[in-house]
Amino acid sequence: MTATLADDRPTAARRVTVVRGYRFELVKLFSQWRVRLLVLACWIAPALFVAAVSEQSTLPSDTLFGRWMHTTGWAGPLVTLGFAGAWALPLLAPVVAGDVFASEDRLGTWRHLLVAVRSPRRIFAAKALAGFSVVLLLVTGLACSGMAGGLLAVGDRPLIGLDGRLLTPADAGGKVLLAWVCVLVPTLALAALGILGSVALGRSPTGLLLPGLAALAMQVAQALPLPVAVRLALPGYAFTAWDGLFTAPAQTTPLLIGVAVSLVWAVGATVPAYLLFVRRDFTDAAYDGSGRRTIALGLLPPVALVALTAALVALAAPAAGSGIRQDKVQRSLATAFAHLYRLQTEQLHRPAVTEARLRTSAACTKSAGHGAQEGPGNDWRCVVTWRLPGVPVAGTAVYQLDVGSDGRFVADGDGPKEVNGYFLVRTPTGDAPNPLWQFDGQVDLLDTTSKG
Amino acid sequence: MDARLSVRARGIGKCFGDVVALDGIDLDVAPGRVHGLVGPNGAGKTTLLGLLLGLAAADSGRLEILGTPVGRTLAAPDGVAGFVDGPGLYPSLTARQNLAALAALRGGDARTQRIDDVLDQVGLTDVADDRTRGFSLGMRQRLGLAAALLAEPRLLVLDEPSNGLDPAGKRHVHGVLGRLAADGAAVVLSSHRMDDLEALCDDITILAAGRVVFSGPLDKLASENRELDYRLRTSDAPAARWLAAATAGVRLVDDAGSRAGAAEGIVVRAQTPALDELVARLVRSGVAVRELTPVVSPLEAAFLALTAPQEDGG
Repeated sequence: MTATLADDRPTAARRVTVVRGYRFELVKLFSQWRVRLLVLACWIAPALFVAAVSEQSTLPSDTLFGRWMHTTGWAGPLVTLGFAGAWALPLLAPVVAGDVFASEDRLGTWRHLLVAVRSPRRIFAAKALAGFSVVLLLVTGLACSGMAGGLLAVGDRPLIGLDGRLLTPADAGGKVLLAWVCVLVPTLALAALGILGSVALGRSPTGLLLPGLAALAMQVAQALPLPVAVRLALPGYAFTAWDGLFTAPAQTTPLLIGVAVSLVWAVGATVPAYLLFVRRDFTDAAYDGSGRRTIALGLLPPVALVALTAALVALAAPAAGSGIRQDKVQRSLATAFAHLYRLQTEQLHRPAVTEARLRTSAACTKSAGHGAQEGPGNDWRCVVTWRLPGVPVAGTAVYQLDVGSDGRFVADGDGPKEVNGYFLVRTPTGDAPNPLWQFDGQVDLLDTTSKG
Repeated sequence: MDARLSVRARGIGKCFGDVVALDGIDLDVAPGRVHGLVGPNGAGKTTLLGLLLGLAAADSGRLEILGTPVGRTLAAPDGVAGFVDGPGLYPSLTARQNLAALAALRGGDARTQRIDDVLDQVGLTDVADDRTRGFSLGMRQRLGLAAALLAEPRLLVLDEPSNGLDPAGKRHVHGVLGRLAADGAAVVLSSHRMDDLEALCDDITILAAGRVVFSGPLDKLASENRELDYRLRTSDAPAARWLAAATAGVRLVDDAGSRAGAAEGIVVRAQTPALDELVARLVRSGVAVRELTPVVSPLEAAFLALTAPQEDGG
């Protein structure tokens, strides 16, 4: 057998396009059993989880929309979204995307790749695209699987929104889809953070793990009583802000800001990662970071991004402190109660009543009226008042509210039991708990309308 | 003549911080020749091979590869292939998949026939569909060579290609490199295995502390060399010893009269003409010469002689 040789004339190096590099990266990625397993898990596990939980008597009512998993198939993908946004995606996205780069360091194949492609720029582009693609595939799998599990196990039924309003199945489906689309952006931002870590720290395993842990820490920070400007400046705010889609009118401002901030993070992490990558000395097989350059381009951008976006958000959406004010809590609770009261009336076959005629209002106090009447906590107590046509006396009901620092709250009925106690009501799809017993709501953190 | 050189380097310098890796290197590699790079660890072999592959750019000097001036990183022209510090393989892919992915990446012919062909050339047909995770070092080296062959190189650059090869693997690799050179490609390889270099190379460059201490044909190295030690086994050891001692330019190296020496022959130190004279005398005296071999190869002897001062110094 004889090796054949090319023409003797000197020729410029053949250009390896980004598309071919991208395919090459995908081939390598999907040849790894752990990547295949992860993709498979994301496409199967949520469906199984949602279907299994929907058959249980006890529902995950501490998770947003978890209490409605018996009622509608659209609650399942939202429970999946809540879990994915809080835990799975912050951890997985940076590790999966970062490993596209870190694996070459582990295998010692950078030089091989450079000789074949001859362009660090095109290698970076192909790898970043491949990393983002796999992350998108994971998110798509989580969404589709959660929806399939919910719809198959429970069915395409109306969903109760966070303001107590009943959403038609089509409306619910559209909003669920939109919510998943919105979390793609913060997911890509965290993936970019993972790429930055791997590029900045080279062979060191810290480069792969640190961004994942940082992303997770930033999501955990969302549960802390941070100023709303700082909360919105973190790349993962859109992981929680999607819930604003399930109110009327939709609380789109926090979501749009969250998505915009995530985009800034995605760019702000990808650009320094690119700059570090194209300046890297690939002849150094023991490369594990480039010292001052790593600090300058790897560490400073995320810190600067938090500071910059926090300042911009504070200027653009001047919501002071936690964004949870007494008047906003009262307004939100009264709205949700009115919608759910109307639903309860229908379920109990009482004479129909509209929200407008109920003239519902709420009076809330925090810590029994001591201290500042704002901020998150489980010490909110509210008295809801409403009126029925032809009834001279106003009805009242008491609720204990647990308000999270992200603006979500759980209202727990505290009497009278005929109104907001636990009892079952007959619905077209079977018995269900009294809708006024416990329900979720949402305070718009950026709502700056005047008190009262 | 120069215009046809595959590699033409003049005064190449390369530093890594304060460390001078290459210091005024001149190198000519002609098409159809196998050129060996030898030198102690840290002599600059891998750095030089990296420059030829385009992984780095020289700080000073002029480098032409396949007739194209190369002044910056990754600017090597098409037709250059190879590896430094071991071949780059992906363990989750099979041997065939590694090659197919690489062929597709380069946009070249990714057809099975071409891949089968190069796998056959390096003797890996039987394990073509095994994942490379379980490959030995020698198998990895051969697959790395196969990957380089896919590019149909006119300049093949290999760093320690014989590492970990068993005799069969070595035969495959030597065969491939020989055929490649016979077809007009230039091959530049580094190795610490002197026997491999002597078997493969037409030309040798010896590097020490980033400088060229010898460059030229292998036989020139042998002829330029000083006295060599030779093991001599004859039918009559005492007579051979006596004749060696009596021949001008020949010195006995082993202990005279020792039992071991008598059984295993004698070791003499001489240049080639004096050695020729000793053999003639032995024949004239009716002493049969059963073995006459260098104790260390000419290349190894030259390597030790030429690099020892630098090693001591550095």
